[in-house]
Amino acid sequence: MNRPLLEVRHLRIEFPTRRGVLVAVDEVSFTIGPGEVLGVVGESGAGKSLTGAAIIGLLEPPGRIAAGEILLDGERIDRLPHEAMRRIRGRRIGAIFQDPLASLDPLFSIGQQLVETIRTHLPLSEGEARKRAVDLLQEVGIPAAARRTGHYPHQFSGGMRQRVVIALALAANPQLIIADEPTTALDVSIQAQIITLLKRLCRDHGTAVMLVTHDMGVIAETADRVAVMYAGRIVETGPVADVINAPKHPYTVGLMGSIPSIVADRDRLVQIDGSMPRLNAIPPGCPFHPRCPRVFDRCLHERPDLMDAGSSRAACWLYDKVPA
Amino acid sequence: MTAFILRRVLQAIVVMLVVALVAFSLFQYVGDPVQLMLGQFATPEDRVRLTHELGLDQPFYVQFFHFVVNAIHGQFGVSLRIGKPVSVLLAQRIPATLELSICAALLALAVGIPAGVYAGLRPNSWLARTLLSLSLLGVSLPTFLIGILLILVFAVILGWLPAFGRGEVVHLGWWSTGLLSKTGLMSLILPTITLGLFQLTLIMRLVRSEMLEVLRTDYIKFARARGLRDRAINFGHALKNTLVPVITITGLQLGSIIAFSIITEQVFQWPGMGLLFIQAVSYVDIPVMAAYLCLIALVFVTINLIVDLLYYVVDPRLRADRPGGSGH
Repeated sequence: MNRPLLEVRHLRIEFPTRRGVLVAVDEVSFTIGPGEVLGVVGESGAGKSLTGAAIIGLLEPPGRIAAGEILLDGERIDRLPHEAMRRIRGRRIGAIFQDPLASLDPLFSIGQQLVETIRTHLPLSEGEARKRAVDLLQEVGIPAAARRTGHYPHQFSGGMRQRVVIALALAANPQLIIADEPTTALDVSIQAQIITLLKRLCRDHGTAVMLVTHDMGVIAETADRVAVMYAGRIVETGPVADVINAPKHPYTVGLMGSIPSIVADRDRLVQIDGSMPRLNAIPPGCPFHPRCPRVFDRCLHERPDLMDAGSSRAACWLYDKVPA
Repeated sequence: MTAFILRRVLQAIVVMLVVALVAFSLFQYVGDPVQLMLGQFATPEDRVRLTHELGLDQPFYVQFFHFVVNAIHGQFGVSLRIGKPVSVLLAQRIPATLELSICAALLALAVGIPAGVYAGLRPNSWLARTLLSLSLLGVSLPTFLIGILLILVFAVILGWLPAFGRGEVVHLGWWSTGLLSKTGLMSLILPTITLGLFQLTLIMRLVRSEMLEVLRTDYIKFARARGLRDRAINFGHALKNTLVPVITITGLQLGSIIAFSIITEQVFQWPGMGLLFIQAVSYVDIPVMAAYLCLIALVFVTINLIVDLLYYVVDPRLRADRPGGSGH
């Protein structure tokens, strides 16, 4: 693989509060190649969405990138001035958010919103932009697209609105799309359609995707590689089949075991005891050690970094080749 | 669209009829007009004749019907105090009140909306904080106090502006305007500020809080993620969404500006309808009071109607009868 499209190095996101600084994301490093789909999973509060927001430069204050760097095509984008970052958003990195019902401005027709986005980023005339808008709507599977450009968001169903949102994210043909829980708010029957659509469009356009979700099924269906996050850190990353079939980190093992399966005939679902630590009470050593079934002495004091574990990498001392 | 307007107009007519009924019933409480008109030495026959001539022997609903028909034609009878037809009196006074109210409303909108938008976009700047603190004064100080303070400073101490009256007016047909003479304009300044200040601060605070609310919504976040320019986000998407609720409040406030100009007119001895009304109240001049009541109700109802129509223009979600909707 050539140079990665997106490279995140040692990212740390902090929230300064009255009672001290909360570290929400720490030492997160990963890459996404051109056209690659990276799934990011984890419980809510693991830092998945924050990482996505940091990449498009839309962290909400007081949240801030405290350390690390983000590179797009080899260029740093985490320190760019406001205006330069704005030009990247939508043009080179698109975004899709969780709630399609709330993502569209209710007072503007979808045609207006598409044309506005297209003309912000591409040197097209009103007429050309209009044509592109209709093409995009057709591509995301909106029937009678030309007629529906004049319609307002409330005139579309949830699934159709998420299609419009996808069309908006793709409007200027970005190289990367950050999809933050794109199907969570939708009916199960619609979820599969949207995932299939997203997958097909990104393959056709060669768009890379960072797919943030807590739904392992969606990841298995869509992603090439997966990164599992826990308490603001990546605990395991690897090709999707390996992580799902042969999870290495005890947390991933627990996560996979907690998914009901028809094939594997299990009497009980595995359950991870306890819950993810709060940001202000992340334990020393490995943050997972209080819940880990395979915890040993070293986990209590030393924090593991990602290390090779077969075809994946896991942040767990079990895979340390040189025991301390 | 037509059905929508028709429905609203019908509702407006119902409201007006109710108000007319209230105004009409005022007359039932002011003693006996027949007695008043005949004096002490009338015979019972005179009484019967006059009662019949005035139509007062007819049933209540017939009298009310006549009242409404006359009101539609602008006839509210003769002022008991001045002895002129009420319609003539009101027509003389309307221009003064309307000019004052419209200037006050324009001032409130022209300053209130930009100040509110600014305070919403830069909530932590010192200017926004200052505006917000000052606006508390505007909301909490009573109108008459503001008026008197302004008179004290600008008319009495500094002597820059006149303390009362309308200045020199120019007659354009039946309309008298103070906007075309220097003294007229000078006289307009203090009452306009007095009347508009409360609305100004109200609109500013409303726009600010709505703006802050809208800026937190997902569609603004998504608009940022689409890479739109700040100007397009703030003044295209955010401001337009902010204005939906602001239109209602502003519309209603416009009505109250006209209605509450009573106090300002009293403070500045402004020869408008409010002053006429106050004087009518102290002389129990019922025809004038009834006419004023109906007129103010008409103003409110008309403004409400316009607000509803504006809503319809601004918010596509209300255009429910449009074809192709996926049902809601």
